This record gives sequence, C-alpha cells and structure tokens, in this order.
Amino acid sequence: MNAITGAWDWLTTGANWQGEKGVWHRLAEHLYFSGVCLAVACAIALPLALCLGHIGKGGALAVNISNVGRAVPTLALLILLTLTPLGEHGDAPTLIALVLFAVPPLLTNAYLGMREVDRAVVEAARGMGMSGGQLFARVELPLAYPLIMTGIRSAGVQVVATATLAAMAGEGGLGRIITAGFNLQNTPQVVAGAVLVALLALLVEGVLVVAGRLFDPMRR
Amino acid sequence: MAEQNCLVTNDWICGEYLRSRSQELIDATLEHVGITVASVAIGVAVALPLALLARRFRFLAGPILGVTTVLYSVPSLAMFSLLLPFFGLSVSLVVTGLVLYSLTVLVRNILAGLQAVPEEARDAAKGMGYGPLRLLWEVELPLALPALLAGVRITTVSTVALTTVGAIVDYGGLGTLILDGLDTTFKAQVLTASVLCVLLAVTADLLLLGLQRLLTPWTRAHRTRTSRASRKAAVTKVAEPA
Repeated sequence: MNAITGAWDWLTTGANWQGEKGVWHRLAEHLYFSGVCLAVACAIALPLALCLGHIGKGGALAVNISNVGRAVPTLALLILLTLTPLGEHGDAPTLIALVLFAVPPLLTNAYLGMREVDRAVVEAARGMGMSGGQLFARVELPLAYPLIMTGIRSAGVQVVATATLAAMAGEGGLGRIITAGFNLQNTPQVVAGAVLVALLALLVEGVLVVAGRLFDPMRR
Repeated sequence: MAEQNCLVTNDWICGEYLRSRSQELIDATLEHVGITVASVAIGVAVALPLALLARRFRFLAGPILGVTTVLYSVPSLAMFSLLLPFFGLSVSLVVTGLVLYSLTVLVRNILAGLQAVPEEARDAAKGMGYGPLRLLWEVELPLALPALLAGVRITTVSTVALTTVGAIVDYGGLGTLILDGLDTTFKAQVLTASVLCVLLAVTADLLLLGLQRLLTPWTRAHRTRTSRASRKAAVTKVAEPA
C-alpha cells in the first residue's frame, strides 16, 4: 500500500509539523475550538438539564432535542452558518455550530440521569428531612453522575469530530490537513491527516473516560 | 424578471432555483437515498451475524461491542479519508464508512432485542420441536424486531445526515450540492439541499415507524410498554458521529 507508507513518510517529515499549516498549529486550533465550545455548551446545557431534572419537567424537550440533533447534518449547518453574515467573523460559524452540536447529548443525558434516580431513594431522602437543595447535591447529583459523564464524553467526541468538519467550510483545525490533501490530490497527506484526527478523537474519548472514573463521587 | 432576480441577488429562498435546477436536485436526492439505503441494508446484513455471534459466544461480545464503539468515535471526514487507499474515490468508499458507523447502534440493538426474548418462549418453541434456525427465524427474530427496527431508525436518520460528508469524495448526494454551494456562495442551493436533507431524514424515520407498526401488530396491544422500550432504545446513544 503506497498510500500507507506515504502517510508514514508524511508524518515523519519534520517540516509537516512546523509553521502555520503544520500539525502543531492545526492541533492547537483544533483543541482551542473544541475546548472552548465544550465548556460553553456545558455552561448552557448542564444547569438547565439538572434544573429540569430536579423539578421533573421538560422531559419531552430534552429527548426531542437530541432526536432533532441527529437529523440535522453537521456539515450543512456549518456551511449555512458560514454563508450568513456570521461567516465574516472568522471563527464564529465554527464555534456556534460546535456548541449547537454539543448541547443535545449533554442535555439529554443529564436530564435522564436526574430522572432515573430511584424514586424510592429520593422519597427516603425527603423522609430524612432533606431540603430540595440537599436532595439535589447529596442524592440526585451523585447518582446521576455516571450518565452526566456519558453525556460529556459524547459531547466531547462530537465536538472534536465536528471541529474536523469545520475544515470543509474553510476554517482551521486538523481537518485542514485532510482537505488540503484532497485539494492537492495528495493521498498520503489525506491518510496521515485522517490518522491524526482519528487518534485525537480516540484519545479524547479515552481521557474523558478516565476523568469520569477519577472524579466519580461514588468511588470514595 | 422578478423571478430571475432571486438568482442574481443570491437570495436564500429562490423559486427559480427550484425550477431551473430541479433535475440536479432530483439526481442528488436519489443518490442520497441510494447511498443511505445501501448503507443501512448492508449494515443490517453485517450486524445481524455479529449480534448472533456475540450472543452465542460470550467472550466475543466484549471485543465486538468494543470495536464497533471505537469506530463510532472516529470523525467521519477521517473515516472516509482512511478508507481512501482501499477504495479510491468511489461510492463504495462512502457506503463502507457509513456501514462501519451503523454497526454500533445496530449490533447493540439487535443483541438487546435477542437477549430480551423470554426464556419461556424459547423453551416452548424447543418443546414443540423447533430447531435452532427455525427458532431464530420464527420466534426470536420476530420478538427482537421492535428493538432491531428502533436501531434501524436511529441508524437511518444519522446515516442521512452523515452521507453529506461524502461530498469530500464527490459522492455525498445532497452534501455535494451543499459543498458546491459553499464554493460558489450559492445560498439558495445550500439552503434547499440542507432542507431536503432534513426532510429526507424525517420522512425515512416516519416510513420506518410505519413499517415497524405493520410488522409488529402484537406490540400495539400493550402500547405503553413498547413505546417506553423504544424511547429508551432511542436515547441509549444520543450522540452521533460527525
């Protein structure tokens, strides 16, 4: 397979890692986009979902948002946003699209996590005289934690993957190495870029799994 | 003149675009449908034996579910690019990538459906002299059908959306129009193709829901239970690859 040895050569060529179009710069862009957007999406979705879950309302909303999210093509939304006046502000379409795609898994998982806490446990906590706030912090949140983390993991992987697609709409990130390779008809570069992107996505998934285990309140 | 204007002024919504390029839109939609149907059909054909293997041999369940889950987190652009050396620029490249994505949800759902078949039903069929194949075909698969079809619905909807990324190798159906529209900043084309894409996903979902009702008339007797089950199945994996 020429393309595979070619990809290896591409990856081991120092020049491809340096400069504006180099791997390090693209990686930094990718992580910057992903990190900022995941943080913003968490800041929007988690408080909302936890609140709704605590009071037990808005379930249909939480579930339907994730179903709608699945039907909207990421690429289409990204390109639509790029063509709006927002497109003149550089990174704005990418950032907005990334946030929009990270919100559904966060919202749905956090809401379901809160709702799937055993009702008998909640009743027992109430019977012990816990206030709403105590119930939320000491019972519901720790028990909902695994599903909330699943949501953060899905959202994280989703954001990293979507940041790759941003390259097709002309923004930065690791995907640019792939799209640039396509434009140059340079298959080794396409494959090398794809390997980097796939590794990054798997790495992010792995890191989030480990982080989820490390911070699990039930393990102490 | 007024009709020509929307193409000249590059409006988002343009009737003239629909009229003058209807053939292009129909071709792209047909390509999109073709790619989606082929991917989901092959996906089911591959996932079913995998799910049966995972059920028959416990030690295979972990690796099978693990590998398909890992595939799921690979970004679509990377997935298509990684397959490039093996398939070149072709439809089979796009379909293969989409099949790989579909496996996660399909294998999980089929396996869950098969495992939920009541032991009594299995025993009763065995007692009536059913062999393993007949047991599978006449008892287990029909009972697993709601879970299987729930998986097919999720897969189909996300496959319709993911097909657009195939535009990178020129086989993205409506996605190809969307990407072309970006290069030429042709707003009407981008919006129309995007909307068609979403409509396609919704239509496919509704058709499959209808099929599910037709094929599993017995589930309607106790609707509350099945609707809860299918809702659960629908949210087990809420994120889709991008």
